[in-house]
Amino acid sequence: MHRIHWIIVIVFGLFLIACSRASEIAAFTGFSKPPHFPAAAYRLENNLITQEGFELGRKLFYEPRLSRNNTVSCGFCHLQASAFTHHGHDVSHGIDDRLGSRNSPPIMNLAWNTTFMWDGGVFDLDLQPVVPITNPVEMDETVENVLIKLRNTAPYPEMFRKAFGTTEITTARMMKALSQFMVMLVTDQSKYDSVTRGQATFTEQEQRGYTLYSQKCSSCHREPLFTDQSFRNNGIGAGPNNDQGRYDATLRPEDRYKFKVPSLRNLAYTAPYMHDGRLYTLSGVLKHYKEEVQPSATLDPLLNNNGRLGIPLTEAEQELLLAFLNTLNDRIFVTDKRFSEEAQ
Amino acid sequence: MKTFNHLFFLAFITIIGLNACSKDDTPPAPDGQEKAVLSIQFDNIVGDKNLQLNTGVYKNAAGEEFKISLLRYFISNISVKNSTGSEYVIPQDSSYFIVAESDPASQFIKVNVPAGDYHSLSFTLGVDSLRSTMDISKRTGVLDPSGGMEDGMYWGWNSGYIFFKMEGISSVAPLDPSGQNKFRYHIGGFGGYSAPTLNNIRKITIDLTAGGIAKVRSDRQANIHLMTDILKLFNGATTVSIAANPTVMFSDFSVLVADNYVNMFRHDHTEN
Repeated sequence: MHRIHWIIVIVFGLFLIACSRASEIAAFTGFSKPPHFPAAAYRLENNLITQEGFELGRKLFYEPRLSRNNTVSCGFCHLQASAFTHHGHDVSHGIDDRLGSRNSPPIMNLAWNTTFMWDGGVFDLDLQPVVPITNPVEMDETVENVLIKLRNTAPYPEMFRKAFGTTEITTARMMKALSQFMVMLVTDQSKYDSVTRGQATFTEQEQRGYTLYSQKCSSCHREPLFTDQSFRNNGIGAGPNNDQGRYDATLRPEDRYKFKVPSLRNLAYTAPYMHDGRLYTLSGVLKHYKEEVQPSATLDPLLNNNGRLGIPLTEAEQELLLAFLNTLNDRIFVTDKRFSEEAQ
Repeated sequence: MKTFNHLFFLAFITIIGLNACSKDDTPPAPDGQEKAVLSIQFDNIVGDKNLQLNTGVYKNAAGEEFKISLLRYFISNISVKNSTGSEYVIPQDSSYFIVAESDPASQFIKVNVPAGDYHSLSFTLGVDSLRSTMDISKRTGVLDPSGGMEDGMYWGWNSGYIFFKMEGISSVAPLDPSGQNKFRYHIGGFGGYSAPTLNNIRKITIDLTAGGIAKVRSDRQANIHLMTDILKLFNGATTVSIAANPTVMFSDFSVLVADNYVNMFRHDHTEN
């Protein structure tokens, strides 16, 4: 190959890079509420989302310096390919391979969350990252020390300046940047969403599954977020560690063994299921509701029909439900380059 | 005549001298713009003894001997009242403090109040629910939730501040994984955000008339000397036993502990 060919190839390559960069910058439109979603619960007026803030948040999200020995980042247990949960782990392992007691929840549509964690103990997304950072089995670090590390690590001071005006690195700024990234993790590109927008139609099977969902699941897993954000005891029964869920945060006896109703979105990527990840498949989940619901004082009344526990479901109905649930998977969300570790 | 002159001079000097000795006790109007520093001292004691971290040995009503290794508590929302009952509330943004036994400077809380005579002092032990749920940008200084597990006064998993944190050693406490017979009392709970739960915020009002009112003037610094008797945490309406409750954190029992320790503040005297 002639030298001139090499030059042409390199110049063309640079042109391509320049183009893709330019298109990426142009693509940043900040946070926009999908038309079929309710108003966001996150107070966006207290944290104006900018490209610089979002990019800083993304860098922090994938920053292992958030942990004591610089090994574990947020992205370690919240992988994009798994809709930002820890695929294949019933409970997650954090620093030094220490095991947690609950399944890491997916990070998606958090702008609409009114509470966080399985027990709802955290009520503000800006306060949420304190928990994994300080938890001895997750990152085992102090926020104070993370701030010291960031102040002494390029390019953070400069990134904070771009995002917040000065190079000062504070707890509030760090948390606001992380929130900017997490708030942007909106999943609204599933087939269900296309159907809702009138851009696609369900197959007959999916449509029948949707009807069944509306009859048997929607009172807790409410559209369009597929959770009503409430805390309920779904009859799964206490695990070996006797995790009492919501009760730990409220100390109200009526909250014993209640956990946050998880969304049904992106189930194809987020196995295993339940607060302790004890069910590995969706058919296992449906089987639970059909015949394994256990009685207890705080069992959700919707799962107790005059003494008959659970939700009646025939084999055929389960097939239809699975077909509908499959329309809630958002391939675009789990592959969106803006959210990936490589994007930085 | 000469004698008279001498006497007159003596009397004159005496009057001037007496005048100079006596402080001007006319209290300025409470609504005056002039602000001066009021110091409030939290002197931590255990019954009859001064609190000495790690070395002092104390005994509670349950008959248990113990040592204290850590003591920190939040004091906030300070206000003072004069004799007419007119109240001055310290602006909230500058009314949050952590008193730590390990940090002598922290035991003197300095606030700015209008010059005046104050007969009563009020404060909150803990952090009010409004501030506990405020945007993170309003949580600076002692309210910054970035503190570590040891010194930190913040619960991450159940968003809220730890109002009162005391740890120590007692042979009646069970052996912990670090090989120490440690007891830990971390008291918090602001009433809950999305669901009502326990509320350990306690407001304390102290009458200063018996021990000496605080005369706040711009040219001197009044210091309200309070004694914080930690023994009251154990000895009160509930007899708190370390053996029975070596660890008290977010639990119903913490309310009983808070109901005990609300009585630990006593006004000793005021330095004017």
